[in-house]
Amino acid sequence: MSRARIGAAGGVTPEELADSRKRLVRDALAISAYALPVGLVFGLTALQAHYSLADVLANSTIALAGGAQFAAAGLVKDGASWFAIAGVTALINARHLLYSAAVAPYTGVLSRRERAGMAHFLTDETFALALTHFRRIGRFDRRGYWIAAMAIFVPWTIGSALGYMVAGAVDVNKLGLDVAFPAAMAGLSLGMVSGRRDVAAALGAVAVAVPIGLVAGASFGLVSGAVLGPFFGLAVPPSANEESSAPETPEPSAEAGLP
Amino acid sequence: MSFALVPLAFVMWAVTYPARALPMLAPGIERLPPAAITYLRLAGPAALAALAAVNCLLTSDKPPHLLLGIVPVAVGLCVLVVARTRLLLPGVTAAVVLVAFTRAAGLA
Repeated sequence: MSRARIGAAGGVTPEELADSRKRLVRDALAISAYALPVGLVFGLTALQAHYSLADVLANSTIALAGGAQFAAAGLVKDGASWFAIAGVTALINARHLLYSAAVAPYTGVLSRRERAGMAHFLTDETFALALTHFRRIGRFDRRGYWIAAMAIFVPWTIGSALGYMVAGAVDVNKLGLDVAFPAAMAGLSLGMVSGRRDVAAALGAVAVAVPIGLVAGASFGLVSGAVLGPFFGLAVPPSANEESSAPETPEPSAEAGLP
Repeated sequence: MSFALVPLAFVMWAVTYPARALPMLAPGIERLPPAAITYLRLAGPAALAALAAVNCLLTSDKPPHLLLGIVPVAVGLCVLVVARTRLLLPGVTAAVVLVAFTRAAGLA
């Protein structure tokens, strides 16, 4: 084997690795470019839910779960229990099991401690960027993983804090900013749709959440919709797109998703 | 400055981190039944859609009432824009602009 080869399993030259990293950085910059303004929207949403700046920063760095952070802010605003918030967060982020399983074959060479640290940053975008890079080069690349992780973590956290601070100086309702939260939720849901089963699950969740919410309260309706909605999806035959993609190798939308 | 919701961030981390770490630390999720894996995949869009619906179609009073007005229309506009562009920010911006314009014009 040529000495220019890197790693026994990879079979990639330094030039190929550099090219793949360049592509990774380009893609990562695109992710960062939208993560910052969407982080601004989260900061605004958090302000409406009466978070403090410390709460916002803790949410964006410790939970690091964009869609679930929006959800939690809405639930906090509605006075839901932390138990309900934990349940909804777990449901929204259950998909990360699949991301982690897809990345696992590449990380087997690392120590458990390193894998445990990396896992905290395994968001939708980190997964999409890193797995694409690993597939290009055929092996794990530590620097590549952290480029992918920081491309979302840094702008998301900065955007959240900036959004919180800027939103405090404006009349939220007058500027129509109160619609940002439900609009972001609907848009994020659409960003996760890749076939008719996802559509059925989302519409089923709405069909359950609204009537139950009217009778039993918004929080109960929300949890009911989130739990029962996927069964509507399971009842629908998968589309060709859903059949062709193995469940353990999901392909999230890097553009429309969030951490 | 209040730190009241910082513990909530840890609660959210506690229910998120296992999903991110377990398959990497203890591989084997691929051995779950296919229906269970599909359910996990469908839970994300379902939860977010329910959240959007509850927040734009129900009032915040108790018991809630059905809310009809510019907000659900604006959320629908956001969905259309996101479906077309595959980008979240233009959709949210369109929704905000529609609501702001409608309110400024005294129509809502």
